Amino acid sequence: MQFSESWLRALVNPPLATDELCHLLTMAGLEVEECRPASADFSNVVVARILTAEKHPDADKLRLCTVDTGEHGVLQIVCGAPNAAVGLVVPCALVGAKLPGIEIKKAKVRGVESFGMLCSARELGMSEDHGGLLPLPADAPIGQNIRAYLNLDDNLITLKLTPNRADCLSLTGIAREVAALTGAPLTLPKIEPVVAAHQDTRDVVLDAPAACPRYCGRIVRGVNAKGPTPDWMKQRIERCGVRPISALVDVTNYVMLELGQPLHAFDDAQMQGAIHVRYPNAGEQLLLLNEQTVTPTTDTALIADEAKALALAGIMGGEHSGINDATTDLFLESAFFAPDAIAGKARALGFSSDASYRYERGVDFALQRQAIERATQLIVDICGGAPGPVVEAVAEDKLPARAPVKLRMTRAAKVLGIDLGPAQTEKLIAGLGFAYARAGDELTVTPPSYRFDIAIEEDLIEEIARLHGYDNIPAPPPTARVEMLPLPEAQRRPMQLRRLLAERGYFEVVNYSFVESSWEADFSGNATPIRLANPIASQMGVMRSSLIGGLVGTLLSNLKRQTERVRVFEIGRCFLSDRQDATGFHQPVRLAALAAGTVHSEQWGSTARPVDYYDAKGDLEALFAPRTLRFERTSHPALHPGRSAAVLLEGKSIGVLGELHPQWCQKYELSVPAVLFEIELAALLETPMPAYREASRFPAVVRDMAIVLAHKCETQDVLDALYSVAPAHVREIRLFDVYQGKGIAADSRSLAFRVTMQDTQRTLADADADAAMARLLDVVRDRFGATLRG
Amino acid sequence: MYDLDQLVAQATAEFSAATELARLEDAKAGYLGKDGSLTALLKGLGKLPAEERKIAGAAINAAKVQVETALAARRDALKNAQLEAQLAAEALDITLPGRGQSRGGIHPVMRTLDRIEQLFRSIGFEVADGPEIETDWHNFTALNTPENHPARSMHDTFYLLDETGKVREDVLLRTHTSPVQIRSMLAHVEKYKHLDTMPEIRVICPGRVYRVDSDATHSPMFHQVEGLWVGENVSFADLKGVVADFLRRFFESDDLKVRFRPSFFPFTEPSAEIDVAFMSGPMEGRWLEIAGCGMVHPNVLRFGGVAPEKYTGFAFGMGPDRLTMLRYGINDLRLFFDGDLRFLSQFQ
Repeated sequence: MQFSESWLRALVNPPLATDELCHLLTMAGLEVEECRPASADFSNVVVARILTAEKHPDADKLRLCTVDTGEHGVLQIVCGAPNAAVGLVVPCALVGAKLPGIEIKKAKVRGVESFGMLCSARELGMSEDHGGLLPLPADAPIGQNIRAYLNLDDNLITLKLTPNRADCLSLTGIAREVAALTGAPLTLPKIEPVVAAHQDTRDVVLDAPAACPRYCGRIVRGVNAKGPTPDWMKQRIERCGVRPISALVDVTNYVMLELGQPLHAFDDAQMQGAIHVRYPNAGEQLLLLNEQTVTPTTDTALIADEAKALALAGIMGGEHSGINDATTDLFLESAFFAPDAIAGKARALGFSSDASYRYERGVDFALQRQAIERATQLIVDICGGAPGPVVEAVAEDKLPARAPVKLRMTRAAKVLGIDLGPAQTEKLIAGLGFAYARAGDELTVTPPSYRFDIAIEEDLIEEIARLHGYDNIPAPPPTARVEMLPLPEAQRRPMQLRRLLAERGYFEVVNYSFVESSWEADFSGNATPIRLANPIASQMGVMRSSLIGGLVGTLLSNLKRQTERVRVFEIGRCFLSDRQDATGFHQPVRLAALAAGTVHSEQWGSTARPVDYYDAKGDLEALFAPRTLRFERTSHPALHPGRSAAVLLEGKSIGVLGELHPQWCQKYELSVPAVLFEIELAALLETPMPAYREASRFPAVVRDMAIVLAHKCETQDVLDALYSVAPAHVREIRLFDVYQGKGIAADSRSLAFRVTMQDTQRTLADADADAAMARLLDVVRDRFGATLRG
Repeated sequence: MYDLDQLVAQATAEFSAATELARLEDAKAGYLGKDGSLTALLKGLGKLPAEERKIAGAAINAAKVQVETALAARRDALKNAQLEAQLAAEALDITLPGRGQSRGGIHPVMRTLDRIEQLFRSIGFEVADGPEIETDWHNFTALNTPENHPARSMHDTFYLLDETGKVREDVLLRTHTSPVQIRSMLAHVEKYKHLDTMPEIRVICPGRVYRVDSDATHSPMFHQVEGLWVGENVSFADLKGVVADFLRRFFESDDLKVRFRPSFFPFTEPSAEIDVAFMSGPMEGRWLEIAGCGMVHPNVLRFGGVAPEKYTGFAFGMGPDRLTMLRYGINDLRLFFDGDLRFLSQFQ
């Protein structure tokens, strides 16, 4: 809501400077979003009349004028404007005047002295119009300061109103608020009923009384729709951001801005019989003023006559019944439409109007008759015409109720943490103009018809807090029972995982939860992703079911920025449609990491090596330590079929690990291979409590065993077999070397294991170790055809 | 005795002349070896008469001690010199860069969220979580925002399509973290339903939220932290105290003005917008919107299963992205979601 400060001050004028007024409004909940002057800053410009205008002796395009500036004398001024003519009244900048960008001095123009400057609108910073001098009315007072004459010392204030304060969508509403806040007297326009000059009326039938409980209408005959709008009215509505259109339309807008009541003027000649406020017939269409043809939904009320729909009630008029320059008889509407009946309707049709904006938030339901009288008077004053009587149809039982609301002052003190006391509370409520009665601790308040936001006690508590000033409520440190919060030792916070990964060289990223659908297809094999109804862009059209696509995207964008070594991770939610929670979706939080480029950033003294599967595996294992993971060959749409593993924790699959499938490297033009893992976060957050076991006092025996076996035998299977037969004193079997090449058959490789044996009760003899090693060798020989490496 | 002194002097001189340990051992042999001159003198003692033998023996032994001392000193000196030489040869360019894995970093907004969690944890707030595809009921209805409420137009909500391509009206991408208030209250009330008076609810809920909006200051996905404190005696003054204290701790500055400005949210009443203004730095004197807050609306308490006559509470929702930008002087919100390592590597 934009308004003119001077208009507001005509209604209420507290002794506050503009910035103080803005602060007051902001701190009362009417946030001032912008406050700017109505015109540029300039001084010493007065109203002047051109007395003579002759050609400049030495310049074809210049004129030599003598100008009457009243008390400032008759001045000689050289002027280049094409419209400088004798008798014209124009703004004249005197010597010493400061205009935007220039200061006016006595000057010689082509040898002739000039004592000032005649101004265009642009030179005064009032508009972009530089076609010539700004013509002023012939009766403008010569010599008067132009700022005073044109009321330029005004500010345009824009409020960012919250949806509950529809009552402040008018100058009257804002003025009422300022009066309540400052105690300054309120001077509202006096509205008298306009005496009917004839008895012509249209009957009004409320067929949809819930949507329209009150409708006032009146015929005004013989208006001159072509006449100009008075400057003062034009200026006021323009300064409220409303474009002047024609006198009749401007009057309806003026009254809407002044009182908050939207009005509509129909061309009476286009109407037949009584007015019906009704719901549409099946398939009924209407061409609106904005040239949009709509088929209103069955719960959208229409204004209709006996033949046809005329307007969408409270939203927009119809094209065919609207007024134009040729209109002589008009039918003026001032109605109350219920917020519920209007809410969302305009938005559903894809537009908004000043009327629907106000109605859906709540228009004063007691205002219709006053508004129609006010508008009638202005129309008669400006456009002439003969008004008929006001017809009012009302469904009293459908008008909003204003039930009394109780305010317990003890409750207010409890909620606010400050006791305002009865005197102060009453003063604040009375200042709002709310009717109330007090009984002990309790005020019973009846909200006025213009307030739609006072229905419960909290609404009143907010009002008194707001008027008292939030700044005046103390802000002590709160008191509470002190209890320690649980901090389970076997539970890690995600931050600990972030630190671990950061220590291992990964940077955390936050990628969008919505992704390209091709990512879902490529990296998750998901042909039916969860689709957004209204994505911000097509490449953000579906919800991700995996973090992998986002990390590949991060890799790509960094490669494009010449960052060749990329290690990134993300902790975030994924979205799957396998109906697991009340929303019908499964929304697990996962952790995924991706590495590409060299293992280490380039450094001296070591050969650069690209990161591989086992590097990522090492990072993943470090995240889980001391728990051990198992890895099983798997196939995953994102991953290289020979280099991908399902990650298992205690027998449960919790994620995947692998190298990005070469086909995606090719498709996405990745110059480097990437390795990655994606793990359910929940699995990472658990960590075992350390369990103590006494260290053996007896010496350990360490034996190595290198075996040769076929490539296809996987290490995990070999280790499982070894452990399955190992005697109790075998404490650890660790793979320490893998060899293939010279001396080993091409289809085979050598795995070397270090076996550590130790007993808690005795020193092991060589014979014990020999027996254990023999059993270990036997099992791999039997199961895998392994041989001892020679 | 004169020749013994001379012998000691000569030995000392010879030892000093030896510049290698091997040479020193050679020189030693000339005096203390099997055929050394001192050894010979000692051997010759037997031929002397008994009374002379005693005196001469003492003199020779004294000379021997002197020679041995000189030898040991020279030996130490040579060994030291050798060690020095070895150490000098082993010296490194200690300014060459170290090797190993370089460090990564934690996302700046996560740093902020962690600090927020720590600060609130220190006054007894636990961390709660909720789904990002949320029900319309939790996101709007239970937050006192019925259908067609004008406040719904304050959020531009992302909706989902069902399998047939129709817009689903029952679910949406949450537009704020406030639905976690409802989830927290319902869970808390259920947990303590056996008690006459439940313990206080003190939770914060950090997370991602979504709105149809995208420019330099708006991202379709951003972060929010919701805070909720419900108890028998929680007031608006407490809300002011907690949030003002938090902001000063977060920015580690008392050089900060905080103001509470009346505002409107369907789910709180009284409601306030929280603005801060820094007294110095690039943002000096400008009021910046940092959070929305208020006393939990009685309807919301009821939807959460909490009796509004008995309990009151406050809630706030703030933007950690904005806090992060102010804290570190970041000027473009989009950097947070861009994954640019040149940006992220500044937050190690």
